[in-house]
Amino acid sequence: MDTTSIGGCAPEAAICARGITRDFEAGQTTIRVLHGIDTDIRSGELTYVVGESGSGKTTLISIMCGILYPTEGEVKVFGTDIYKLTDTELVNFRLKNIGFIFQQYNLIPSIDAAANAAVPLIAQGVPLAEARERAKVLLDKLNIGNQADKLPRQLSGGQQQRVAIARALVHEPRLVVCDEPTAALDARSGRRVMDLLREVAVAPDRACIIVTHDNRIFDLADRIIVLEDGRITHDGTEMPDDH
Amino acid sequence: MLWIAIRMLTGDSQKFYGLLFGIAFSTLLITQQMTIFVNLVERGASGVYNAPEAEVWVMDPVSRTTDVSYAMPSTALDKVRSVPGVEWAVPHLRAQANVRTADGDLEGVAVIGVDDATLIGLPKRMATGDKNVLFAPDTVVIDDVGVTRLFSNGASPLGERLELNDQRAVIRGIADAIPSFTSTVVLYTRYSNALNFVPGTRNRLSFVLVGISPGQTAEGVAARIEKETGLKAETRKEFARAGVDFIIQNTGIPTNFGITVFLGFVVGVAIVGLTFSLFLRDNIKQFGALKAIGVTNSRIVQMVGVQAGLVGMIGYSLGVVGTVAFIKGFGSNPFFKGFYIPWQIPLISLAAVVVILAITGFIAIRSVLRTEPAAVFR
Repeated sequence: MDTTSIGGCAPEAAICARGITRDFEAGQTTIRVLHGIDTDIRSGELTYVVGESGSGKTTLISIMCGILYPTEGEVKVFGTDIYKLTDTELVNFRLKNIGFIFQQYNLIPSIDAAANAAVPLIAQGVPLAEARERAKVLLDKLNIGNQADKLPRQLSGGQQQRVAIARALVHEPRLVVCDEPTAALDARSGRRVMDLLREVAVAPDRACIIVTHDNRIFDLADRIIVLEDGRITHDGTEMPDDH
Repeated sequence: MLWIAIRMLTGDSQKFYGLLFGIAFSTLLITQQMTIFVNLVERGASGVYNAPEAEVWVMDPVSRTTDVSYAMPSTALDKVRSVPGVEWAVPHLRAQANVRTADGDLEGVAVIGVDDATLIGLPKRMATGDKNVLFAPDTVVIDDVGVTRLFSNGASPLGERLELNDQRAVIRGIADAIPSFTSTVVLYTRYSNALNFVPGTRNRLSFVLVGISPGQTAEGVAARIEKETGLKAETRKEFARAGVDFIIQNTGIPTNFGITVFLGFVVGVAIVGLTFSLFLRDNIKQFGALKAIGVTNSRIVQMVGVQAGLVGMIGYSLGVVGTVAFIKGFGSNPFFKGFYIPWQIPLISLAAVVVILAITGFIAIRSVLRTEPAAVFR
């Protein structure tokens, strides 16, 4: 693994991205979605990536968490230049270091909440019973311990989201990536989820990135990065006035 | 992860049972049709199997099977007996006749004349009665297929009189015989009686059945008989094979059964392929999420492999059990008498199931492997 530093990275940066460009082919045309993005994501912070649909925010976090190769540029996650890893090393890196919360949860419908939450541990080779026990502890912490044996279809949307949060945190990753966690929730539930995320996913040695365009929760961010047409137009602790 | 794969499969009960049905139906069709085919064509050799003592069959050079034979002069028997290595040789007559039953019905029968002294040529076992009843005058022994054909009302055939080419024949026993390919009624009688029952041409000796001396081989004796008598001599195994080959070469049975087996395979590919593809497509988001979380493609392939293996194992077992139940269930039907499942057939259908799952699994899994982990964010 290459752990040499990229120029200009802050020492406390969980993610250091430099010169990130991403092109997509659309028939004969090449569309540039990201234009040389330089940014750092710091540990201990709740960082929002905000922008209109098509601004490139999903592409940016996909690249930053190692599930989409950039056309150009380098990404270091906790000091590891992840796109210099082999495919298998990269998959293992994600498994060990990154937790994901998807907008549609993507829980496996035929296994119960505890097993769903335990998936990263099971994938790491932890025995099923032990993985379930560890997941149940986290579900308890998220106040749905009593739902551990229920299938996803037996849970409410909010409960399913908590299972998804548990799945993202069960293996104690150093980076948590959330995609539109409040998009399907009313304002009150959305704030509750964000409080929960701040409580469990933000720590001095852990970074949390949230992709959102839900302006109801902007005030809860430690830092907001605004993307427009594949370029960062704002990077600060609050949303700019014109948004 | 394999546990998760199995739960993903069994959790979608509609598709799980659809996959099981596809595999089980294919296995059943392939195994059952091949079993019927093999047993049916083996009936072409039933005449040989029903005379178990004969190690060599001697016949006119143009004769091909027990049912397609050209009679020899009676002197052929003495010629064969004079060949070194022949322990014993007995006459064997096979002919067609018509029999009028007590109800007045006319039925075509095969009359088989066995050696007067030793009764060699009779099936090994009797279903009812004793072989020695054949020493009584005008006696015939009917095969068990004949009982169901001529006495379908359930009446006992023992003591019944038949009119056999204007001759009186009395049934005094029932032989436990392997039915012929056409399930013709067979009447066994002594050779001398058979000559009366079946009037015909000057030459009426169909076969000479031969036993070989100790230390001789059937092949060696058969070759020696051919060389010294000019007759055709085949070992038991060769002559049985000739009967099977005759059926295969002269009927449309292999083609018809082959088409059915092929259709079973195609139906399996279609049902399993479609259902498996739908199953994986329905779970594509979950597989995408697993890939994003950190499950490798090779582990995904293992997961799909386990799912295919589980479906294959259960579906195949159900198909084979269905075939066994079918054969057992119809065992009392004369058509299926003595049917068995050769061990090669379940292996062939297992190979077919593996091929079906490999083809369908390969086609279905491509969409999963092509899915980018980043797709879960879209």
